[in-house]
Amino acid sequence: MLKIKNLHASVNEVEVLKGLSLSVNPGEVHAIMGPNGSGKSTLSKILAGHPGYEVTEGSIEYEVNFNQKNLLEMEPDERAKEGVFLAFQYPIEVPGVTNLNFLHTAFNSICKHQGVAEMEEAEFEKFAKEKCKIVDMNPDYLLRAVNEGFSGGEKKRNEIVQMAVLNPRLSILDETDSGLDIDSLKIVADGVNKLKSANSAVILITHYQRLLDYIQPDFVHVLQGGVIVKSGDKSLAKALEEKGYEWIAEAGAET
Amino acid sequence: MTSDEATANFNKEYKYGFVTDIDADTAPKGLNEEIIRLISSKKDEPEWLLGWRLKAYQQWRKMEEPRWAHVKYPQIDFQNICYYSAPKRDIEKPQSLDELDPELLATFERLGIPLSEQKRISGVAVDAVFDSVSLGTTHKETLERAGVVFCSISEAVKTHPEIVKKYLGSVVPVADNYYAALNAAVFTDGSFCYIPKGVTCPMDLSTYFRINAEETGQFERTLVVAEEGSYVNYLEGCTAPQRDSNQLHAAVVELVALDHAEIKYSTVQNWYTGDKEGRGGIYNFVTKRGKCQGVNSKISWTQVEAGSSITWKYPSCILQGDGSVGAFYSVALTHDKMQADTGTKMIHVGKNTKSTIISKGISTDSSVNSYRGQVKVLPSAAGARNFSQCDSMLVGDQCSANTFPYIEVKNESAILEHEASTSRISEDQLFYLQSRGLSQEEAVSLLVNGFCKEVFKQLPLEFSVEAVNLIEMKLENSIG
Repeated sequence: MLKIKNLHASVNEVEVLKGLSLSVNPGEVHAIMGPNGSGKSTLSKILAGHPGYEVTEGSIEYEVNFNQKNLLEMEPDERAKEGVFLAFQYPIEVPGVTNLNFLHTAFNSICKHQGVAEMEEAEFEKFAKEKCKIVDMNPDYLLRAVNEGFSGGEKKRNEIVQMAVLNPRLSILDETDSGLDIDSLKIVADGVNKLKSANSAVILITHYQRLLDYIQPDFVHVLQGGVIVKSGDKSLAKALEEKGYEWIAEAGAET
Repeated sequence: MTSDEATANFNKEYKYGFVTDIDADTAPKGLNEEIIRLISSKKDEPEWLLGWRLKAYQQWRKMEEPRWAHVKYPQIDFQNICYYSAPKRDIEKPQSLDELDPELLATFERLGIPLSEQKRISGVAVDAVFDSVSLGTTHKETLERAGVVFCSISEAVKTHPEIVKKYLGSVVPVADNYYAALNAAVFTDGSFCYIPKGVTCPMDLSTYFRINAEETGQFERTLVVAEEGSYVNYLEGCTAPQRDSNQLHAAVVELVALDHAEIKYSTVQNWYTGDKEGRGGIYNFVTKRGKCQGVNSKISWTQVEAGSSITWKYPSCILQGDGSVGAFYSVALTHDKMQADTGTKMIHVGKNTKSTIISKGISTDSSVNSYRGQVKVLPSAAGARNFSQCDSMLVGDQCSANTFPYIEVKNESAILEHEASTSRISEDQLFYLQSRGLSQEEAVSLLVNGFCKEVFKQLPLEFSVEAVNLIEMKLENSIG
């Protein structure tokens, strides 16, 4: 469903991604690991369409219902309407706008685009409350302003509630585990597991192996210096945890 | 952006910027006793009113232009302004709006205010003011049946001199401030509205102000009197053509509410703002004040200030009657090089008087937006209460927002609360909302509606929709 080919991208004229390639099929979970500054977050922002990143070379193909789309030509909201979802590393606060109103507006604009029936407010509220259970979030949070005054952990849970409501085809979780204590991590990971399906795919971006104890990846990729330097199954994550990223660099130098 | 798109955007930005080509009867530029006599004679005014104007003029000459507001503009040359301009018409005034010059009818239709009998908006009576004169009011008969008087102030001077004489200047005295004194000397038209005892006005009343002539100031004067137990909902809208030079609009609005009466006064101000470099635009220097004269009377001001190159405006309430209630709800948006210094004054005189202030300032581009408000509790105002909330939203990093609250309490039993906040619409916020499937327009609208909802919900429905659209459109131009 997603084919990234030879992706080069810069932020403020500094090249961060230097020829990244990656293929993701429906039903798969891919973990992307890498040290600070390797380009992980840049990749997630580019997939979602953040205007601050410039793609200088390469392509991203995204397939929905047998239609090939050039993701790079789409606005962020068009991508979301086609089922791309980014769980933010640092979810943004939106004062004055309730979670419920925000999600309702987003949900209906996606439904409208996909030709699915939209929901009235009362019906949607019921639906959204149900989705809060996935990460054990108090439904009262729906009536609070989006992320305003939420703790770090609550913000991350709120991202997963949004994911549950919007039911994306391709979810990118950008360091969703960072800043979570072990209990919250389990709850969030459990939520993501419940949302997995044969038709959707997940890209997990993380520093640490510990998230992968709870969400089993099919593939693990190591991103370093703007390119994927090694891919493998989940045993690669274990090896990284033990030997560190240096090991990859050295291994790369040897071959 | 191509130049075509730029032009399209510019037009979208201010669709009221057109000029009506019409023969006008215009006084020569300059301000002196002769001009004041001329205005008074054009309006065929009684001697007492001419005397009132001349007295105001003498006082104005001794006054100094206020410089305390947080705005900057070059010295205004009051001798280079024309103080009277009216579309020419037959000496025998047409009695019906249908007989107006078609050019004028077309103008108002283009502004979304159809005046002719067949097309006029039902449920709202409109007084259409064009430059210095009122063209006439709609729905007169329906209002007359209810005993409500709604006409231009020039007409009221003739038909209801005793009421005009009693209340004119009773809330905003002749020499209240520099611009109020100027207005008293040269005011040309405006609306007059009288709601008799116990009457709930059968429809909303509305005045639409249009400046057309070049180098002409507009100095209208509005007087609303609500007798005991009456109720009126009053709406006001304003637009002007796009011109390179600045134009002065110095209005005075006086409201009087007697025992148990209620006046709701709402404004959507969309005067021309000047261009991106700050050339042209209206100087909106306005004095608006309501007096809750009777017990348990209520006055509320709701304003959406989205136009003018400079706004200097503080709709206020004097809470004189015991148990009277004053409110001020405001959204002020500034963009490009606009400057706004706006807020309110709540003067608590009577016992158990209450006031509420909700002010929302949105600044974008390199504009300056200030809230200035005063809450004053006099020794007589036992049990007075005030709640103030002033929030500012900044879009981008070139603009600024200021809050200047003044509080003066002389009665120990008073309770005052004040809250203030400043927030910023960032690219990250927009991206976050967009990444959930909202278009940029939807995202901006959600943010702004969330920010302003306490004020918008005070407006009558159609006005509220118009206000939301206006703010969204202006913000899209700034953000997009």
